[in-house]
Amino acid sequence: MAYSKKVVDKFENTLNNPEAFKVGRFDPKETNVGTGMVGAPACGDVMKLQIKCEPKGNTHVIKDVKFKTYGCGSAIASSSELVEMLIGKTLEEAKAIKNIEIVEALELPPIKIHCSVLAEDSIKQAIEDYETKQ
Amino acid sequence: MSTQSTIYLDYASTTPVDPRVASKMMEFLTPDGEFGNPASRSHRFGWKADEAVEEARSHVANLVNCDPREIVWTSGATEADNLAIKGVARFYKSKGNHIITSKIEHKAVLDPCRQLEREGFEVTYLDPDQNGVINPSDVKAAIKDTTVLISIMHINNELGSVNDISKIGEIARKNGSFFHVDAAQSTGKTEIDLEKMPIDLMSFSAHKTYGPKGIGALYVRRKPRVRLEALIHGGGHERGMRSGTLATHQIVGMGEAFRLANEEMKQDNVKISKFHEKFLNKVKEIDHVYLNGDIENKVPNILNVSFNFVEGESLIMGLKDIAVSSGSACTSASLEPSYVLRALGRKDELAHSSIRFSFGRFTNDDDVENTLDILGNVVHRLRELSPLWEMHLDGIDLDTVEWKMH
Repeated sequence: MAYSKKVVDKFENTLNNPEAFKVGRFDPKETNVGTGMVGAPACGDVMKLQIKCEPKGNTHVIKDVKFKTYGCGSAIASSSELVEMLIGKTLEEAKAIKNIEIVEALELPPIKIHCSVLAEDSIKQAIEDYETKQ
Repeated sequence: MSTQSTIYLDYASTTPVDPRVASKMMEFLTPDGEFGNPASRSHRFGWKADEAVEEARSHVANLVNCDPREIVWTSGATEADNLAIKGVARFYKSKGNHIITSKIEHKAVLDPCRQLEREGFEVTYLDPDQNGVINPSDVKAAIKDTTVLISIMHINNELGSVNDISKIGEIARKNGSFFHVDAAQSTGKTEIDLEKMPIDLMSFSAHKTYGPKGIGALYVRRKPRVRLEALIHGGGHERGMRSGTLATHQIVGMGEAFRLANEEMKQDNVKISKFHEKFLNKVKEIDHVYLNGDIENKVPNILNVSFNFVEGESLIMGLKDIAVSSGSACTSASLEPSYVLRALGRKDELAHSSIRFSFGRFTNDDDVENTLDILGNVVHRLRELSPLWEMHLDGIDLDTVEWKMH
């Protein structure tokens, strides 16, 4: 397994301190919560990402995030990396996050770029869900 | 955790060389040792090396109860499988072009079969039952007039399930087809008696039985005689079946390892069976754990378990102080689960979450205790991280969910 130290550390830290790394869930029915879930068990990875937002000026800001991921080590590390990027961002800023930022931050091997794409999709879906509720 | 070093529970992948084997091998390398070429007939260096090679051949033959003249040295079980399958198929191609094997064979059997398909042979790949066992009656049903060779493994390397090779051998013999058995996982684990078993060719590996890597052997029956076309030419060593200077130290290592296996199989198995029982009982206490393979009909050194709602590669990463194998070869973007587990009809998600634990001669009680502690802990943590586990606890049937596939 040719993982970078960054992937390994992120994975282990998330596993060992789930709360500090925002593992958990919000009530998906709350209007200030947006939920995104992507992937499939048969493919080996499923990511669930939830954002809690509040209005600020003419946009909304992500105040808190929770996630859960079923998948390989780099899938878990990718979600955890994304979650760290999100807090405090406006929805516009969050939408602009590209998977390549996760690839670079974690030094993902080419074969695992798929994990970062999944992470990008999960935030897009969570925002979409949040926006339809507003 | 009481230990800092990594616990090795991957004996089905390879074993360490037994120190007694290593010290014996050392006697056949250096200027003060017996370094001669076993094929040198003109001086004592050659004679001594030849003597050692023939003694090793007897040790291998003794373990499986055959004539030493039926043992051909190869570079490993992969070469032995290749030599048996391609060698027999090509030699007897005027007799027939049909081969029977199974979907859960090692790649060392499947890939030569694929090669023969490219050469015009027809291959039937049998499905195992849900426990990973090949039903002899399926072999019988697949036989045609043109079936020249049947190749079925003895013990499956991922599951530890055991095939009834005597029964399959009888079916093959009745039909006049040759029968090859990949026994890379068998030596030192279970009794093999080639005098009684109707088997024509059998592949062996040294490094699964506390011998060195890079050496194996093929059993080629003399009565009734089996002939084969060599793969490697150059000097006609091994009665023309496998040319190349014999690797005396490797061969001596394999011989010593098999001699020890013959002596210590019973005591090894008693110990390993205890570990197996303890491990299985404890693992069963974890919710939603599935044993892959046939509990009634398997060797105790291999235990393949699926932990539902947890992905196998992440589990292996979580178990960083324990060396085990995953059934999910998570090396490709498509995340291919093991073809063996797939052939059992296991759901892909269970195939993805499988881990193979394999015990051996140097496993001790602490290894097993510590692994069980760490395992329970890591599975629990990964499930806390798993959206699938959360959905399961919420009472959602995952089979009814419409997943957004990638």
